Formats: sequence, C-alpha cells, structure tokens
Amino acid sequence: MRNSKVVSLEEAIRQSGLKDGQTISFHHHFRGGDKVVNMVVDKLAQMGFKDLKLAASSLSDVHKPLIEHIKNGVITGISTSGLRGELADAISHGLLSEPVVFRSHGGRGSAIAKGELKIDVAFLGASSADELGNATGYGEKSICGSLGYALPDARYASHVVVLTDNLVEYPNMPQSISAADVESVVVVDSVGDSSKISSGAIRDSKNPRDILLAKQAAKVIINSGYFKDGFSIQTGTGGASLAAVKYIREEMIARGIKASFALGGITAHMVKLHEEGLIGKLIDVQSFDKVAAESIHNDPLHQEVSAVEYASGQHLGSATHALDIVILSALEVDTQFNVNVLVGSDGIIRGAIGGHQDTAADSALSIIVCPLLRGRIPCVVPKVTTLITPGKSVDVVVTEYGIAVNPGRPEIAQRLQEAGLKVVDINELAAKAASIIGTPDPLPFGDKVVGIVMNRDGSVLDKIYNIK
Amino acid sequence: MMFVPGNNPGMMADAHIYGPDSIMLDLEDSVTMAEKDAARLLVHNALKSIDYGNTEMVVRINPLNTPYGKKDVEAVVKAGVDVIRMPKTETADEVKELEAEILKVEEEIGAVGRTQIMAAIESALGVVNAYAIATASKRMMGIALGAEDYSANLKTNRTPGGAELLLAREQIVVAARAAGIACFDTVYSNLDDMETFRKEVELIKTLGFDGKSIINPRQIEIVNEVFTPSEKEINKARAVVAAIKEAQAKGSGVIAVNGKMVDRPVVIRAERTIALAIAAGVIDKEEAL
Amino acid sequence: MKEAIAGTLESGDIMITIGPGKGLEIALQSSVEAQFGRQIKAVITETLEGLGIKDAHVDAIDKGALDCTIRARVTAAAVRATGKDVWKD
Repeated sequence: MRNSKVVSLEEAIRQSGLKDGQTISFHHHFRGGDKVVNMVVDKLAQMGFKDLKLAASSLSDVHKPLIEHIKNGVITGISTSGLRGELADAISHGLLSEPVVFRSHGGRGSAIAKGELKIDVAFLGASSADELGNATGYGEKSICGSLGYALPDARYASHVVVLTDNLVEYPNMPQSISAADVESVVVVDSVGDSSKISSGAIRDSKNPRDILLAKQAAKVIINSGYFKDGFSIQTGTGGASLAAVKYIREEMIARGIKASFALGGITAHMVKLHEEGLIGKLIDVQSFDKVAAESIHNDPLHQEVSAVEYASGQHLGSATHALDIVILSALEVDTQFNVNVLVGSDGIIRGAIGGHQDTAADSALSIIVCPLLRGRIPCVVPKVTTLITPGKSVDVVVTEYGIAVNPGRPEIAQRLQEAGLKVVDINELAAKAASIIGTPDPLPFGDKVVGIVMNRDGSVLDKIYNIK
Repeated sequence: MMFVPGNNPGMMADAHIYGPDSIMLDLEDSVTMAEKDAARLLVHNALKSIDYGNTEMVVRINPLNTPYGKKDVEAVVKAGVDVIRMPKTETADEVKELEAEILKVEEEIGAVGRTQIMAAIESALGVVNAYAIATASKRMMGIALGAEDYSANLKTNRTPGGAELLLAREQIVVAARAAGIACFDTVYSNLDDMETFRKEVELIKTLGFDGKSIINPRQIEIVNEVFTPSEKEINKARAVVAAIKEAQAKGSGVIAVNGKMVDRPVVIRAERTIALAIAAGVIDKEEAL
Repeated sequence: MKEAIAGTLESGDIMITIGPGKGLEIALQSSVEAQFGRQIKAVITETLEGLGIKDAHVDAIDKGALDCTIRARVTAAAVRATGKDVWKD
C-alpha cells in the first residue's frame, strides 16, 4: 500500500528520534500476557539507549526483566498505576534511584492530557492494525477488547508506534487507535500470550467469606438509597465484587429496577446483565475477559472510553462524575476511612491504584469490601501503611465483622440500620482486629523514598520508603 | 449447627462470622488417629481464646471406650465448652458414664453443672433406645441423628429422598419431645446440590426437628430461610398472642381470633413461631409483644 | 527429648519442630515476620516455659497462625517430644 507505515522495530525507534533521557510509554491491556514492554525495552537496550523514563499505565509480574534494565541504566525512572511481583519487590528494596511515581488511571490520563506527563514515544501493542496504524483490541491471535488506557498516549505522545501480531487490510474499522495519531507500525510475532490476556471462563467464587462479604455489600447497595431505576454502578474484579453483582441482579429483577450504565473494567457478569436488559449501556475502559472483549466489538451499546473520558478528575465530562455506586477492594482501611491498595502490610509494593481514587472521589456512594483479617494481617488498622484514597471519599466499609459508615454520611448509616444491617464504629472494627491478632510491630522502613503516590489532581498524597 | 474439623485452625478462627446458631468442633471422624492429640490441644486453646460471641460451642469427642475419649472430656470441659456431643450413643448407661467423667473434671476446676450433653444417635440400637438416651441425664440438651453410620448399620445407603432415615428421624423427634429436649438432623454432604439440600431441610422441619447439621457456611442461608417463619405465619401468630392478652385482660378463659375459638396447641405454636422469628432476627423482641 | 513435629503448613497454622538443644533456640520463618515475629517467639517461649522446658531447639514455620494456635502446636510438639502429656491418663 502507498504510504504504508510498516517498518521494523529498530527502524521505528530510529524514526521516532528517541534520545537518552526521554520518556517512553506502554499500556497494560495485555495484562499478565504482555510481551510488548519487555520486547521494546530489550531492543532499546540493544541499541544502546540509556536513562529512559518508562511511563506505563500499569506493570505486573511479567515485567521482571526490567530489573536488569534498571541495573544497567537503560531505565532510570518509572511511572505507573501499579507494580507487582519481583520488580515490585526489588523496587521496594531500593533498586531504582528515582522514586516510582504512582498515579490512578484517571490521574495518568489527565496528567498526559495536561502535559504534566509528557510522552516522547508511545509503544502501543494492538491485537490488530492496518498498515496506516488503525488499531484495535480485537485480532486473530489475541482479543483484549477496549484499549482505553492506551488512548491518551496515542493522542498526546509526540511519536506513536503501534505494534501488532495481526496486520489486517486497510481500513481496520471500527478502530480504537486512529491512524491519524500513529507514526509507525511494527509487525511482531506475538504481542502477548493470549491465554493470559483474557480468560474465557467466569469463575464464581466458592469461598464462603467472599460470598458473605458479597451478600453484605449487595445489601448495603440495595438499602443505600441509591438503588433505584436508572442508577449506575462500577465493580472491581475481586471474588466478592463479582459475587455481589449476582445478588444485586436478583434484587433488580425482583423489584423491576434497571441500571442506566455500568462503568470501568467490564466483566462477563456485567455483559450478562446488559444483555438481559438490566443495564442499559456499558462504558468500558478495560475488558476483563473474553466475553467483555467480544461484546465491545459486537454491541453498539457497549462502548470504549479513554482513561481521560473514564476517570479524569480534571475533565468534568469524565464518566466517574456520573457514577452512583462503586464497589472497591482494599489492602487496608484505617479508622479515618483512608484506603491503601498499593503497599502490602509487609511494606512491599504489591498492587495498583487503578481507578480507586477516581471512582471513590466522584461516585455518589463508594463501598469498600475487605475482610477484617487476611490470616494474621489486619485490614482495618489505626493508620494505613500508604495513603492512596483519602477517607473523605470513602463512604462505607463492609467486613465480615460488621459494616462501618463514614461519619460524614449519617443518612446512609441510618438507612442501613433501618434495614437491619449490622452497622458498627470503624474504631470497633480496628479494635476487634487487634484483639484477635495482637498489635503488629512497626515495619522496618528505611529513609530512601522509593515511591511517590500522586492524588488525581496532580498533588502528592504520600511517599513510600524502602523496606529493609 | 456447623461442623468444623478440629485440626483446622484456619477454619476454627472465623467459623462464627457466618452466623450459625452453634458450632461443632470435631475431634472424632474428621481427625486422624495420629492427630488426635494435636487436635485436642487446638480445640482446647481455641475455646479458651477465640471470642465466638454468643454462638453455642459444641465439641464432638471421641467415644469414651477409645484411648482419646476421656482426655477429650478433660480438655474441653477445662476450656469451658457449652456442650459435649457424644458420638455413636446406643444406651442410657453410656450417657451416665460421660456424665460422671464430666462431673469429675468440673469438680476439679470448681465449675459443677456447667457442661451440657448432646447425644448423637447413629445406630439401630441407638434409635430403639432414643427415649432412654434422651432422659438419661439432666445435662441432656438434645439428641441428633448421625445418618452415615446409621444407614450403614441398617445395611442400606443414603438416598436423596431419605426414605431409609424416616423412622429414625421420627423416633428421634418423638423421643426429644417426650423428654422435653431439642433434636437436630444429620448433615447433607453434597455442596453442589443445594436443591436437594433445601428439600431435605423442608422435610426435617415438617417432621419437627429444631435444626439441621451443616458442613459448610454456604448451607446456612438455606436452613435459615426454611426455618424462619414467613411474614404470614408471624402475623397469624401475633394475632393469636394478641388474642391471649385480650382474653387475659377480660379475665376470660376463652381465646378467639376472628371469631374462631383457639385451642391450646395453636397458642403453643404461635408462641414458638414468635420465638423463632426473634431468633432469626426478623422481628425485635419488643416489637413481638 | 526426641525430635517431634506438630502442625501443618496450611494457612492459619504453624508447623513446630522441637528437638534437643541448649537453652531455648527458636528459628522462625513467618509470612508476617516483620510485624509479628517478636510476638510469635514470645508465645513459643512462654508456652515451653509453662511446660517446664528450658532446653530445646525449635523450628517454626508460620503461616499466619493466631496465638492460641501457636500455643496448641508448641504444646503438641513438646508432648510428642517428651512423651509427657498435659492431660490425665
């Protein structure tokens, strides 16, 4: 084809004009199956680049080869929503000289849109692309569905390289990433391990504690005052969140209530409710499983949104501003209702901010579902190890030992009590945890800052210190 | 009554959060011979330390004629257990033997009379002797059917309909009612078949049982749903209770609801319905009156 | 004293191995070592002292056990190692 943008990876990098010290970006729609980050950074190392800043929408276990690239000085800075596995462990122990900058998905979107996070070259994997760079999350080798987290990069990066393992005939429509934003297209053997990109099966949790928490969360929603015709909802993908959807569905059918939309990471559970006519529209920044990924391709009422449209705090049109109810998880909640979803209670980074800050802040009702204890680890504590979501945006905390309501929302506490739910003071929950497991000794933090937690408005919320 | 293996500390730590009326920590069938000593210590320490709230705590001990039974009694009585469940009970004498063992330990620690007994009936002989067992001790709080051993003893198998258990179930309910104590039905082990489980719970409620033994928290909701009186039943019961009050206020011996005379059994059933509704938390104590 | 083991590696449990030693030596591996290591060792020490054991080597592999579980497992291992039960025969 005339004007084809297809080149080798090395040529694409050369065309981009990338220089040492500049910022490269990636998305995480291929989740644990991602091969793009490692492939590109390997190539950059081979080509002799140094001192690059890596701006990913999120990083996971599969990115542990970055450890060597950090040691060799190829990567000297990281910004991301989350870190897990050996890379997270090494960074928690002080591997990287610059602190990692953690942003929520909405926070990253608006930082890119406003130029606070400037991306020089974006390397964006796609399940299919044509020779001009129209790209989607729907291909022959892999299906990831929405490319919502990659869209701000595609739009605002100085230079955009699309990588795909499924080059299709022009025009690749409907496209997620537009050819107008793309400078180069690279065809590779594989962008990711499709079995880890999206799983086909829906597994309902049989863990009795998850089921208990889910039922309580569903009762909170049903009796919160926000459960009425036309409500909107977002849930996480944890066992309890998914199970809660099941109970909410039963109640929607019983009362003849329909939701206007579901938002965020979309799962097969949500698609099912949508197809049953219980949820009008699906607004999808990330398709969590194959059913969701196929639905977004086939169903006009299931739409992709960018991270900015999804959850930016600084774009008043973002979808979170219209959201009624969100169910979220937590590693820790403290007695001020502050939430930590990033740093484990051993002081090691093991999670992601995701949309937590964004949805909690903008929704009308935010519900945190977490067990009081995970083994001997307390989840309701006097003070969170790391502050991720400020307590003023958290309304209800559901545990197996009772439901705590933020004192700033007395009307919700009253509604739940009237419905016969066990509403307790959050201080009582923390005391209960301490009475069962004892008071933990303080963690052995050092004095080197290994991470900075940004609030979604671009201010600094907290610092993460190295663990010894 | 939820069964929890006595050698599983993870399950013992939070079994009460699911809201069973009682928890039975098991030292018998779910614990291998090599682990009897360790499970006994685990149950002892759990009973002493874990705050199970107002959940009634039951421990199923090993039979007294094994090398473990007496040590089990000592360990759990010293830890302050509410109820000892005696397995494979066949005669009143066995109950008396257990009673004597309990008393010995209670006297040692100065807590005489604290421990109650539940007898599990798990054989044909036990079923025949059900009333004698139920009245063998003033500590006896209930009798329960153990269907696995019982159906093996009958030389039959358990079936979904439970025809093989019908006589034993009825005999146990009758014996318990004659003795004025509680009666509990056996476990249902197939967690993937909640429909048959629900039918079984409905059946045993109709037969007159006070409760069902369960092996997983997922079964609790169904038992509660079946045993919790419906709004209609509660309203009917309230009307009866109100009529009693009205009759008392008038000094009249005749109780009538909607112009119909009410017999004493109806009054007893109404009071039982109200008590169940309060226990299930669907109505408040004050509200009930 | 011979060597004896009690407990499992299941979540919420602790595996205790007791053998001969001089003084109380405790080697602990725990998923919650930073926060609870000191308290776990204290419970092990207290339990053994309560049983009159002053010399022993203890290997403990903890999977988030509560104090009451630690006490039970240490006692079980000690009873097995010494042959001296805490209950009457």
